[in-house]
Amino acid sequence: MTTTLTPPPVDVSRELYGARLPSWGPQAVLAAGVAGAAVSYAAGANLLQAALIAWVICMGLPLWSVAVEGRRKATDRLVTTLVSSAFVLAMFPLFSILWTVISKGSKVLSTDFFTYSMRNIVGEGGGIYHALVGTLLITGAAAVISIPIGIFAAIYLVEYAEGNRLSRWIRFLVDVMTGIPSIVAGLFAYALFVLFFGEGVRMGVGGSVALSVLMIPILVRSTEEMLKLVPNELREASYALGVPKWRTVAKVVLPTSLAGIVTGITLSIARVIGETAPLLIIVGTTDSVNFNLFDGRMASLPVFAFASQRNPGIPPEFSIDRAWGAALVLLVIVMLLNLIARLVSYFFSPKGER
Amino acid sequence: MTSTQAPAPGRASVRRPGDRIFSGLSLSAGVLILVILAGVAIFLTVQGIPGITAHPDEVKSGKSFLPYVWPLVYGTLIAATIAMVIAVPVAIGVALFISHYAPRKLGQSLGYLIDLLAAVPSVVYGLWGIGFLAPHMVPFYAWLDEHLGFLPFFGPASATGRTILTASIVLAVMILPIMTAICREIFLQTPRLHEEAALALGATRWEMARLAIFPYARSGIVSAAMLGLGRALGETLAVAMVLSVGVGTVTANLIGSDNPSTIAANIALGFAEATGKSVNALIASGLVLFVITFLVNFAARSIVDRRKEFSGAN
Amino acid sequence: MNRNSLRIAAPAAVLALALGLSACGAGNESDGSGSKDDSGTKVSGTLNAGGSSAQEAAVNAWKKEFQTANPDATVNYDPAGSGAGREQFLAGGLAIAGSDAYLDDDELAKAKDLCKGDVVEVPVYVSPIAVIFNLDGVKDLNLSPKTIAGIFAGKITTWDDAAIKADNPDAKLPSDKITPVHRSDDSGTTQNFTDYLSKASEGAWTAEPGQTWPVKGGEAAEGTSGVVAAVTSGKGTIGYADESQAGDLGQAKVKVGDTFNAATPEAAAKVLDTSKAVAGRAATDIAIDIDRTSTEAGVYPIVLASYQIACQAPAKDAALIKAWLTYVASSDGQAAAAAGAGSAPLTAEFGKKVQAAIETIKAS
Repeated sequence: MTTTLTPPPVDVSRELYGARLPSWGPQAVLAAGVAGAAVSYAAGANLLQAALIAWVICMGLPLWSVAVEGRRKATDRLVTTLVSSAFVLAMFPLFSILWTVISKGSKVLSTDFFTYSMRNIVGEGGGIYHALVGTLLITGAAAVISIPIGIFAAIYLVEYAEGNRLSRWIRFLVDVMTGIPSIVAGLFAYALFVLFFGEGVRMGVGGSVALSVLMIPILVRSTEEMLKLVPNELREASYALGVPKWRTVAKVVLPTSLAGIVTGITLSIARVIGETAPLLIIVGTTDSVNFNLFDGRMASLPVFAFASQRNPGIPPEFSIDRAWGAALVLLVIVMLLNLIARLVSYFFSPKGER
Repeated sequence: MTSTQAPAPGRASVRRPGDRIFSGLSLSAGVLILVILAGVAIFLTVQGIPGITAHPDEVKSGKSFLPYVWPLVYGTLIAATIAMVIAVPVAIGVALFISHYAPRKLGQSLGYLIDLLAAVPSVVYGLWGIGFLAPHMVPFYAWLDEHLGFLPFFGPASATGRTILTASIVLAVMILPIMTAICREIFLQTPRLHEEAALALGATRWEMARLAIFPYARSGIVSAAMLGLGRALGETLAVAMVLSVGVGTVTANLIGSDNPSTIAANIALGFAEATGKSVNALIASGLVLFVITFLVNFAARSIVDRRKEFSGAN
Repeated sequence: MNRNSLRIAAPAAVLALALGLSACGAGNESDGSGSKDDSGTKVSGTLNAGGSSAQEAAVNAWKKEFQTANPDATVNYDPAGSGAGREQFLAGGLAIAGSDAYLDDDELAKAKDLCKGDVVEVPVYVSPIAVIFNLDGVKDLNLSPKTIAGIFAGKITTWDDAAIKADNPDAKLPSDKITPVHRSDDSGTTQNFTDYLSKASEGAWTAEPGQTWPVKGGEAAEGTSGVVAAVTSGKGTIGYADESQAGDLGQAKVKVGDTFNAATPEAAAKVLDTSKAVAGRAATDIAIDIDRTSTEAGVYPIVLASYQIACQAPAKDAALIKAWLTYVASSDGQAAAAAGAGSAPLTAEFGKKVQAAIETIKAS
């Protein structure tokens, strides 16, 4: 405590924080890392080695920090470096895959590609309209089945079960359900539908059931986590105002966690929209447009892409290009879905949230 | 985790019709899930038992069930373990980077990009694995073989790079988006007050993450990891395309050309041409996978539940 | 923007999108009732077939012509695999099964039960399986069956092995290691290739033929495209794949009798003529054991013959099934498959036998 009101001559921040690296420190190390990578790459190292060299140089930042700033700060710097490098590491394959799909898939995009089916088309031309329709309908129906079940089950787990034995079993078995291989889900759906419709049944809604088996656990898991994060103060405040429990859940809890729930829905749709094996078993494939989920085979984008690249015929280019095009369209669908999800959570979340 | 207890009012106060309908709906949704799962389990068991009891001459592999399925179990566990070891830290790191390290705008758009990847069909991951990753791994494997060859994991290296390590990396990339997305959402939900309190006490950013974010998010991280694990265990097509599988191989070598297959990949490779008891044997291997998932989840849950001293929402 | 108006607008927009989508058919599809010219005998209805994925490209070519000629007919083909196709056919789920192997005796008995009569089983898709290799500086390669067996069994490990040199006295062969690549999925291609090895290799191949690759060692890759990709990306690699998908890779000539023959469609189709039908089968069941050891001139014995299987007296759609198979086995149909999938057209002589079997299909 100083007894005088005149400000002390020393730099307060220095007093408070102790020695610090200059603010340009991290950038400088990063630049050094990039430079080191560039030099070694030019000197004949391969990409992997160059990246490794850059990373090693970047790890110099925590060492520098431990010398200047002490252990706590250095740990922080180390974690920052690690987290950022994890990110960069993850970006490598992700960008590589995205780039592959976009560069190979964009070649075939045209109006015909979106408005033509493959009926009576061999070789060049044709389109994915039939598969697009099939994918949207089958996945849409799967979402219609799964979303209510998934969200209500999560509500049960978080709001009603009160940790009873049933809820523990549901929670546990939902985790087990995530490990069902997709082909088993398809076989299950087929066995189920054969019970009602006889052998050789093929219908879009069967595929929706198979996809639901894969979708529900993801939905329950992510929704449950999001509901759990809603502070109890909010619920209690609502109860204190005399609001019944179900209205509290519907009007307070769900809107509060809406952003997370919507992300979970998008994720679960993204997870199943690219499934091939179950659809091949229960939905089959056709080259014509079919709008009826309850009658006959439907094409779908992943099955179409799979079959086109596996048995391309001759010359193989056209068919393989169409396969990549279908994969790209799948990506675009999910992108749009994401966009809608973000808009929904942006406009429907209570104020103060995102 | 069974940490969140609904507070008393719902039980103590008068049950209104709306309440009854709502809780009935949610209870039946929960029960329906159990029914679906029981359906899958019954289906697997009924269809699988003829495969388990089948005489070696009746199935294509020419082996009785245990020797047939054991290498597959081994391969499944190895591939999933390596994938998890790679993907979990990276996913947490990426999620943390997006939620707390990167500038907000940048973080959002990057997160968006990662969400997209959840939708890439497995066949594309497979093609990427053979066309891009495997050839790029070849020199690395040769290096491992040369310098660390004395370890049992790095035996003779494959000339094409289509090894179980490559398959595990592809799996890791596949499960990254979903794990990252869930972790990110949970990290973002950490109460601002907790974070600011930690920072105000002089914590560094890492200490803040350790004190405020991780305890809050632990259950969620485990859930995300379990979702990823489920996919890693059950992924069929990508592994089938990338992996060069041997005939009933069990080996510690992660970079050779003779690799153990995984259960799911084996189903994908064999199902199309299977008839009669061979189909049952494949379904029985699916049942084994089901049991494995069951056990792994059981273990993970009991470890997490044992140390639930901190509960998120309360 | 007003939040409330968006609450209504967003679902409305989604609904509008869905309706807009459902309103129109594909640009290239007519509405079905295209009665342009009804003079010929046209068939109509939906034919559900499925099975062998090897046939898929050919089926696509057939479908195009068949559906153009019969605008009211739709043919669906699920390329789920031969085994799945036969299972579903035997369960009564498919009108026609496509299969890379003929029905075995158990399956035939079941099929006769199902059909309440004989089955019509005809090989309609014949494809040469090429031995493909990727070796720097070597374009042409001759291999005897015994050498091929040695390579794939892992006994011959370098390209300058004496056995390979003996087959190629004039070639300059490097001392590179050989990496054999085989199919990791169960397939008719593997079945036919191992069958060839076990019959033609004079004892150098000891494993049982089968759809699953039987011996340890070598690389494995999924599907024809996987094998082709692995052979292309590796060095000193050798594999087996449908000739039509081999692309720019080198294809070995295979020793037949005293000459080395290339994998051409003509040579592949010819081997069917010299092969014997499976004994004890009905006249309509043209199941063939391909003669792998044929020594006739111009024959290529590593061949995949894929069948289409139907009841002789189907419970329904007999006319449609008959019209489809008749077209598929006709010279037009075989030419379409050759153009679209690179298969080997049946020879005229063999085609007649096949047509005679199809001719017996009638309504029950």
